[in-house]
Amino acid sequence: MTLSHSQSAQTLPFEPLMQRNAAITEARWVRATLTAIAILFLAGFLLLPLLSVFVTALSKGIGAYFASFGSAETQAAIKLTLLAAGIAVPANLVFGLSAAWAITKFEFRGKQFLMTLIDLPFSVSPVVAGLIYILVFGAQGWAGPWFSAHDIKVVFAVPGIVLATIFVTFPFIARELIPLMQELGTDDEQAALSLGASGWQTFWHVTLPNIKWGLLYGVLLCNARAMGEFGAVSVVSGHIRGLTNTMPLHIEILYNDYQFVPAFAVASLLALLALITLAAKSLLEWRFADQLAATRRH
Amino acid sequence: MSMAAARADAAELLNASYDVARAVYQDLNLAFIADWKQKTGESLTIDQSHGGSSKQARAVIDGLEADVVSMNNPLDIDAIAKAGLLPLDWQARLPNHSSPSWSPILFIVRKGNPKNIRDWDDLIKPGVQIIIPNPKTSGNGRYSYLAAWQYARSKPGGSDDTAIVFEQKLFANVPVLDTGGRGATTTFAQRELGDVLLTFENEVSLIRGEFGADKFRVVIPSLTVRADNPIALVDKVAAKKNTTKAAQAYLQFHYTRAAQEIFAKNGLRPIDAAVLKAHAAEFPAVNVFDVDQAFGGWPKAQADHFADGASFDKIIAAAHR
Repeated sequence: MTLSHSQSAQTLPFEPLMQRNAAITEARWVRATLTAIAILFLAGFLLLPLLSVFVTALSKGIGAYFASFGSAETQAAIKLTLLAAGIAVPANLVFGLSAAWAITKFEFRGKQFLMTLIDLPFSVSPVVAGLIYILVFGAQGWAGPWFSAHDIKVVFAVPGIVLATIFVTFPFIARELIPLMQELGTDDEQAALSLGASGWQTFWHVTLPNIKWGLLYGVLLCNARAMGEFGAVSVVSGHIRGLTNTMPLHIEILYNDYQFVPAFAVASLLALLALITLAAKSLLEWRFADQLAATRRH
Repeated sequence: MSMAAARADAAELLNASYDVARAVYQDLNLAFIADWKQKTGESLTIDQSHGGSSKQARAVIDGLEADVVSMNNPLDIDAIAKAGLLPLDWQARLPNHSSPSWSPILFIVRKGNPKNIRDWDDLIKPGVQIIIPNPKTSGNGRYSYLAAWQYARSKPGGSDDTAIVFEQKLFANVPVLDTGGRGATTTFAQRELGDVLLTFENEVSLIRGEFGADKFRVVIPSLTVRADNPIALVDKVAAKKNTTKAAQAYLQFHYTRAAQEIFAKNGLRPIDAAVLKAHAAEFPAVNVFDVDQAFGGWPKAQADHFADGASFDKIIAAAHR
């Protein structure tokens, strides 16, 4: 080390004493001001509210905090949220992979239309997302009477909640994979196929390893949204306590009942989920930065 | 096997109810379940769904399978009746227009009553800030608005014209219009905005319990409105679920002495005169009118005052000019 260092110092005797980024030409105070504004903004709009969730949750002590999770209704809400996410995420995993695979590896008519369709849940308000299911499956909706006659409950029951959750989380995985797979191109797959691999082998041994980190990231985001969705689920829930309330809906009910500690305790669970998602994302980016960059630079 | 059989026997009722009735029904449901078990030997489950009264009515119309609805406004049950789920004359099926409890609109002021608020006239004085939820979106706000109207036109020389002027002055003193009763309570009690909150009597005990009994004082105005809390069987749903008998018994149970006591304990005025008398300390005498007598029924009051472009819209436009 020291040798190579002294060598480089010898070969480059006029190395500048201070490294400067030539692109930065603004005065020091301008940079400092901009940085300060960014930090203040982040602290004021993100960090402070997040912190206040935990402060309120713990305002009556750690005992009261954990006691909040003891009520049957809270536990039912947590279970329902896990169930809805547990169905919505795998469903969107399968769908997102298939859609991204189809769109990036093949050419077909209506491809652009399919991509627009996938983006629809991003552009539609969650309230509308809930209402469309009421309009279809509600008692006044066009399919509602048929389901009612066959004793199948869709809206104001668990199936409706799962449907609404799938709808709002639809684009997350596909949207994460499509650009990544577009950049990767089809060269690797074509090579594998020409060497005699089957379609499934190609997917399993060539495509999947290339996209695994992007896929994992998509799953994380999808899961966070599935657990946190309020608007669409609120419309189709029916708010039956202990039966059709998810965590976000339960938080609102607790808050409206002036049960601030339990409300914020449940909210802190969701906030924790967000923090874990963020941490996992950062870890992925840090640990596998080279691989991610490599696949993205192809 | 026996578990499955027991579950098949156990009827399950769903009561779609308004937002603040949660505490009442926690007690009342337990009492009825015990009573029903004793009388019939059947075990019963009663699920509760709570939300804004009108939102709940909408959900029942759209297929929320509630056997029973309990609302804070007859208009919401009328809407369900119009959708064909229960008969239009539902109010005649149970005593007291199908309303087993009621609550008057009262004033809540801060400790020591610093602005010296005694009656409606004190609310329109300059510098007084009033918290009322939006009459367009909350039953709470509608009742407060109608009470002010009735007070203004009952005064010597009063008429509908003086009532409009009175409402304009009143709403000029309202700094924020929350969308619901709970929002207004939070604005007043937690964010400490305003000098006086207009709300139902049953909110008072809750506010005292949650935010400190000595921080607020109740002021009973010389005239106010009574808000009845109607209940009804949703015939179509109960018939489909085969729960009509239990649901009807549940509704009738609301009028028993035990249930009336539960209403009283939760701050709602019971219609049973004897129970009301027993709780005279919590429920001081109030001079009340009801919307049917004074405004020709809720549908008419709604059309005259709260529909788009009706009185309230004009008053708000004038108050904020």
